[in-house]
Amino acid sequence: MKVLVPVKRVVDYNIKPRVAADGRGVETQGVKMSMNPFDEIALEEALRLREKGHASEVIAVTIGPQVAQDVLRTAMAMGADRAILISTDVDCEPRVVANLLKAVVEKEQPGLISMGKQAIDDDMNATGQMLAAKLGWPQGTFASQVDIADGHATVTREVDGGTETLALTLPAVITADLRLNEPRYASLPNIMKARKKPLETLEAASLGVDLTPHLTVVKVAEPPQRTAGIIVETVDELVQKLKTEAKVI
Amino acid sequence: MTALVLIEIENGKVRQASRSAIAAASRFGEVDALLLGNTGAEAAGTLAGVRKVLHVPTLTHALAEPAAALLATLAPSYSHILAASSSSGKNILPRLAGLLDVQPISDVVKIEDESTFIRPIYAGNALATVQSSDNVKILTIRSSSFDPVAESGGNASLEVLDAPADDGKSRFVKLEQSQSDRPELEVARVVISGGKGLKDASNFHNLLEPIADKLGAAIGASRAAVDSGFAPNEMQVGQTGKVVAPELYIATGLSGAIQHLAGMKDSRVIVAINIDPEAPIFKVADYGMVGDLFEILPALTKAL
Ligand SMILES: Cc1cc2nc3c(=O)[nH]c(=O)nc-3n(C[C@H](O)[C@H](O)[C@H](O)COP(=O)(O)OP(=O)(O)OC[C@H]3O[C@@H](n4cnc5c(N)ncnc54)[C@H](O)[C@@H]3O)c2cc1C
Ligand SMILES: Nc1ncnc2c1ncn2[C@@H]1O[C@H](COP(=O)(O)O)[C@@H](O)[C@H]1O
Repeated sequence: MKVLVPVKRVVDYNIKPRVAADGRGVETQGVKMSMNPFDEIALEEALRLREKGHASEVIAVTIGPQVAQDVLRTAMAMGADRAILISTDVDCEPRVVANLLKAVVEKEQPGLISMGKQAIDDDMNATGQMLAAKLGWPQGTFASQVDIADGHATVTREVDGGTETLALTLPAVITADLRLNEPRYASLPNIMKARKKPLETLEAASLGVDLTPHLTVVKVAEPPQRTAGIIVETVDELVQKLKTEAKVI
Repeated sequence: MTALVLIEIENGKVRQASRSAIAAASRFGEVDALLLGNTGAEAAGTLAGVRKVLHVPTLTHALAEPAAALLATLAPSYSHILAASSSSGKNILPRLAGLLDVQPISDVVKIEDESTFIRPIYAGNALATVQSSDNVKILTIRSSSFDPVAESGGNASLEVLDAPADDGKSRFVKLEQSQSDRPELEVARVVISGGKGLKDASNFHNLLEPIADKLGAAIGASRAAVDSGFAPNEMQVGQTGKVVAPELYIATGLSGAIQHLAGMKDSRVIVAINIDPEAPIFKVADYGMVGDLFEILPALTKAL
């Protein structure tokens, strides 16, 4: 089976985002961009499934502007066999991303979609669930373990009070949580090889999906900032402050 | 306008996070509650501010596929559909949104009006005000931002519904719940969290538990602590773990990465204990103490 891995290009997780002066978003000019960390994990899982013989081909796909190609090259350097750029300069909300991905799924017919549970820019945690709904496929969200056998995926999920295990009939959508695996680094030879792997570009507008958002951003603002308080020297002083000044104990 | 809130039951009670979602929903008009599974009908019926409880006793385990399918059939009667931003809410509501081709709005921290909401983005480093043009708004609610409705005082009517037909493509296998007598992280008045600096699991327990016992605190962890096996994943606080806003948050042996701050920076009072005076956690702490936690924590236990 083919495994489709949607990956998003986001502000690198090591960078503290700054709200842009015009209040429309955060500053991305000249800021380091990378593959969403959860998507690296989702890709790693797909690569391992291929290495175990459960998958025949791993296809990375991204929706974004031309520059988003760089995360596809990274994906192929990590080991994806080929990649698809759905090219658009429109900022696509998860609903639109899910509709575009559905069009790709209908074309590629994967047996599994392995994606991130959350993009660390919009923190929406929605696209995988929406895509699964639109396809009528079962979903295994926030996965910390995935086992494939006999046309089924057994997925262990991180839930509020512990872990839950589900058995899903393939095809299915899985969204990766942090503990699913530790993604590999791309080696230099593999980075070179990735340059020769096929990267197909499709115009988002050609896929018959309305790109108009249902959710518009009115304003982006800085959250209230905390300021550093005081340094206490002794445990007794700390306890004293908590009792009489902060009155929390 | 009428809102529907998907609620969750734990130990026979309605979870506080669900009661916060009901409080948020009451801003839109009358509120109905949807209860899945064979327990909790009594507790749901007494919730303050709920008009009607829709109960689906045969839908156990809250699997997303049948739950979203059922919600989609109920959606035409409601202007807003809400749930807590819990693992269950985030599993089910976006799937519902997918069925209805609606853009869901996750982690709402403030309601401006019936279609305008504020939510954190970029791990809480920015707050976005967003406006929805969808006919039905689908929201998950950050519980630390809305005071929960009372568990009692209400008198809702009860309507029992059948579960929708299920294609069986998703099957529940098992749930492994961690047992703890401590307060839930999201609800606790005091949280004490440990990071990589605790060095191993036994230190994590031996140093944090006595303080937690004395303060009636919940115990949290950084991701590095969870990854190193000091604590189970449900204790993780942060962008991708739990979001807490207790009266007092004590951070020990953790550096204060932005992903961790995302989960605790709205706490009322923050205490940081760290050996490195440059650790970023001190930038958000009301009270900082620079030093070795292996000396400070036992002394603190004694002094409390
Ligand atoms: C996509 C993504 C999501 C993430 N989500 C989260 C999340 O939700 N929550 C989260 O916490 N992290 C998250 N992280 C990880 C985060 O970036 C940090 O790596 C993590 O928070 C670091 O944990 P730590 O502070 O315990 O460890 P470290 O950064 O290693 O800090 C250990 C601290 O302990 C101190 N210390 C050591 N010894 C002592 C001693 N004897 N006495 C006192 N102090 C001592 C050190 O000075 C240091 O400051 C995420 C990362 C990514 C990429
Ligand atoms: N523009 C995009 N291109 C490719 N994949 C995406 C895009 N946006 C979201 N995704 C996928 O959907 C997941 C969840 O994103 P979100 O629902 O926005 O938090 C991400 O981890 C990606 O796997």
